[in-house]
Amino acid sequence: MTGPEVSHRDPQDVLDAALALVPEGAAEVLYTGREAALTRFAGNRIHQNVSEHDASVRVRIVDEQRTGVASTNRLDDDGLREVVQRAVEVTRRAPPNPDAAPLAATELGGVTSDLGYVAATAESEPERRAAGARAVIDAAEAAGLDASGAFSTETGTLAVANSNGLISRHRSTQAKLLTVMTAADGSSGYAQATAADVGAVDPAEVGAEAADKAARSVGASGLEPGAYEVLLEEYAVGTLLEYLSLAGFSGLALAEGRSFMRLGERVMGDSVSIWDDGLDPQGMPSPMDYEGVAKQRVDLVTDGIAQAVVHDSATAGRLGQRSTGHGLPAPNTWGPIAWNLFMAPGSSSKTAMLAGIERGVWVTRFHYVNIVHPRQGVLTGMTKDGTFLIENGRISRPIRNLRFTQSIPEAFSRIRTISAETRLVAAEYTGIFTRVPALRIDGFAFTGATAAEERA
Amino acid sequence: MTVRSIMEGAVNDLIDLALDVAQHAGAEYADVRLVERETESVTVKNGALGATSSNRTAGFGIRVLIDGAWGFAASSQLDRAAVERVGREAAAIARASGLARRDPVVLDASPPVVGSYRTPLQEDPFAVGLDEKLRILFEADAAMGRVAGLSVREGSMEAARERKTFASTEGARVEQELSEAGAGIEASAAGDGDMQQRSYPTSGGQHVTGGFEAVRAMDLPAHGERIAEEAVALLRAPLCPSGEMTLVVDSGQMALQVHESCGHPIELDRVLGMEASFAGTSFLTLDKLGTLQYGSPLVHIDADATALGGLGTFGYDDEGVPAQSVPIVSEGRFVGYLSSRETAPVVGALSMGSARAAGWNVIPLIRMTNVNLRPGEAGSLEDLIADTRDGLFVSANRSWSIDDRRLNFQFGTQAGWLIRNGRLAEMVRNPTYTGITPRFWGSCDAICGPAEWRLWGVPNCGKGEPMQTHRVGHGAAPARFRNVQVGVAR
Repeated sequence: MTGPEVSHRDPQDVLDAALALVPEGAAEVLYTGREAALTRFAGNRIHQNVSEHDASVRVRIVDEQRTGVASTNRLDDDGLREVVQRAVEVTRRAPPNPDAAPLAATELGGVTSDLGYVAATAESEPERRAAGARAVIDAAEAAGLDASGAFSTETGTLAVANSNGLISRHRSTQAKLLTVMTAADGSSGYAQATAADVGAVDPAEVGAEAADKAARSVGASGLEPGAYEVLLEEYAVGTLLEYLSLAGFSGLALAEGRSFMRLGERVMGDSVSIWDDGLDPQGMPSPMDYEGVAKQRVDLVTDGIAQAVVHDSATAGRLGQRSTGHGLPAPNTWGPIAWNLFMAPGSSSKTAMLAGIERGVWVTRFHYVNIVHPRQGVLTGMTKDGTFLIENGRISRPIRNLRFTQSIPEAFSRIRTISAETRLVAAEYTGIFTRVPALRIDGFAFTGATAAEERA
Repeated sequence: MTVRSIMEGAVNDLIDLALDVAQHAGAEYADVRLVERETESVTVKNGALGATSSNRTAGFGIRVLIDGAWGFAASSQLDRAAVERVGREAAAIARASGLARRDPVVLDASPPVVGSYRTPLQEDPFAVGLDEKLRILFEADAAMGRVAGLSVREGSMEAARERKTFASTEGARVEQELSEAGAGIEASAAGDGDMQQRSYPTSGGQHVTGGFEAVRAMDLPAHGERIAEEAVALLRAPLCPSGEMTLVVDSGQMALQVHESCGHPIELDRVLGMEASFAGTSFLTLDKLGTLQYGSPLVHIDADATALGGLGTFGYDDEGVPAQSVPIVSEGRFVGYLSSRETAPVVGALSMGSARAAGWNVIPLIRMTNVNLRPGEAGSLEDLIADTRDGLFVSANRSWSIDDRRLNFQFGTQAGWLIRNGRLAEMVRNPTYTGITPRFWGSCDAICGPAEWRLWGVPNCGKGEPMQTHRVGHGAAPARFRNVQVGVAR
């Protein structure tokens, strides 16, 4: 029940009422509403099953060079009066900040969109999620495996108005089903499906993919760390793009000298093109940002050349650019973020890519990735849920998980082939969505491995 | 404004109603939490105000057990109609859970408690004016600014207060008011294709339960110039060497080491596979309890929710179980888990009280409290360095990664110094070290004494789906480890 029975106050009414309460000067009001439900399973049973209904407003006052922010999730008239008072008070006491983000101009907003909103997802009942979990569990039990995972549905409403006259509003839904299936020896397989339409998530397909991967992972043995040719499945590529975004696709990271992006210079191989597009329904659409600015497509890397980074109002003002619609809720010290990423497909199939590898490693996905050196785009993380040795163009045996420590721009300069097919991948932690192909890369640096007696 | 004032005295009424609705819907057990959380934050960046905000969120969550299966629903609407609707929704969700159920959930026999708790503090962080907070942050900023060559100077302060009421159909009822304060500064230097940072008191700052007295005690301005100089010096420092070395770890990085390689694998829900699809599982399987030599005999680790000032300190967990201190590793042997009322019976115990929810809108999960490495007998950090012939000293976390069973870890730190003949020698940049958890802890041959021990707050621990970001604590003193692989990522 993520949709019906919700009786939160209408977003437009909240925005109008809050703006009317601001005594004078400039203000921005951000409304976020969330109706979310999630069914979690482990050990082939549902063990957690939750839902939440929340809506909040965030008021940003810009009084000449003074600015302050206050938020509340109490949306009646008294609550709005109280939050505006707090925002005004915080602003009054603040010293001037010449770098404060200006309110977005009216012409940058004007979004009214239901792109990526599917009523079937919004109205999804707990029985649907339970049946999906059941289908995945059935696939696991049929293969003698243990399934864990989660099936979630969510409706989000984002609305922004400011005293320049900007108004933007977007409503969307998301459905996501993921599972990790584990065999008796600890080997595991993974699958994920994510879409705006819960009807596009096929639990049986997710179950079958994970079961197949887990079954093939049984009996893994070790492989010496070193530089190997790799075939990275879409899940793994999606995670690398996610962390590249955090490390360097933001205007603030560039301005502060911590990005690997050097605009106008070659930073990756010429087969690599990466862009952000919040309007493409092949991704998870989000046509506006948290400042109400309409999202622009931003070509980040084209044919290996760094072209641009994403901006919010603050970084756009600082660097003499126009906001690209990638701002987070104020007050934001993180800077803008690219969260609708795409990587250009190639023309190969995974089968053909595999056939070309004499000796290498097949990686299903990465786990617990983190940024080691943002300036070089060096990431580290572990392989997980299906790592295999490739010999003479075929998968020869499952191997234990490996740790990589690798500059990703450098690795993306050694791409041999790119798959024609792409997949929409939802990030584990960050809310970033990527639509990415599989990649075959030379010389990928694995720097550690889990020992046999301590299998991980 | 408190929950009570929002509710105009109706808290008792809503709580009673929530439990009534759940029981009428067939719940054999139900609990309700009503929570209000306020936060204030201020950031100063490059000599100007970066951001200031004041945030409040309030709501309630009802958790029900029907035919041995869980349902939970939560709402920010604090009125009788919402409580009735959410109570019925929680029951409907619990019935749906029954579509894929094995053994029914059975809670332990923890006695229902009636009580209250309030974080002890001297100076209410919400009563300290923005002017005073900014005075300290601008002074620290100016101190960093005295050093040429920085690309970014940043300082921040946070305050939080959470008021919550918990009640269950078993008769438990707990009121708590938890207060938190935190602050930190960071200097960044960029150039020659590199970027380096130093932080004080450690990366991400220091966070406690308590009052503003903790922030004053940090004396941020006194450390601004030092970290700025170190950040600039790091840009010119040679790369950390690669190879096996003796490693001395400062207490801030030790907090992260304990967090990742001990705090997470002792979560009993992970051990039982309940987090397998997200956070992962654990190498500390049930057969290891009481038998595995986790570390050297010097290693003693406790989970202590009663430690004064810890970010994982409270009076009662979110199942109403009183805060406790329990041994986790004793003389190097693994002896205890973090548990909840649902999981504790698996190891034949009552919950040790670590079921914590990050907000009104989410269920309690097993979370760390303060997982603390006890101090040893190696004296001061200076003593420990003097006792180390050759090695590497590393300070303040920069990156972290560990596998899903919490065995193969790799950390990067902000700074390193080579140790030669018992003295700190040249600084090295981009230090990293990697290891396998029990081997690493097994190589621990010295831990500094109580004077070097510090209880650090980690405010960004992620776990669960939907993910809950929680606040936990780790006490640690600097420690020494032998034959550690360093310089992985040069």
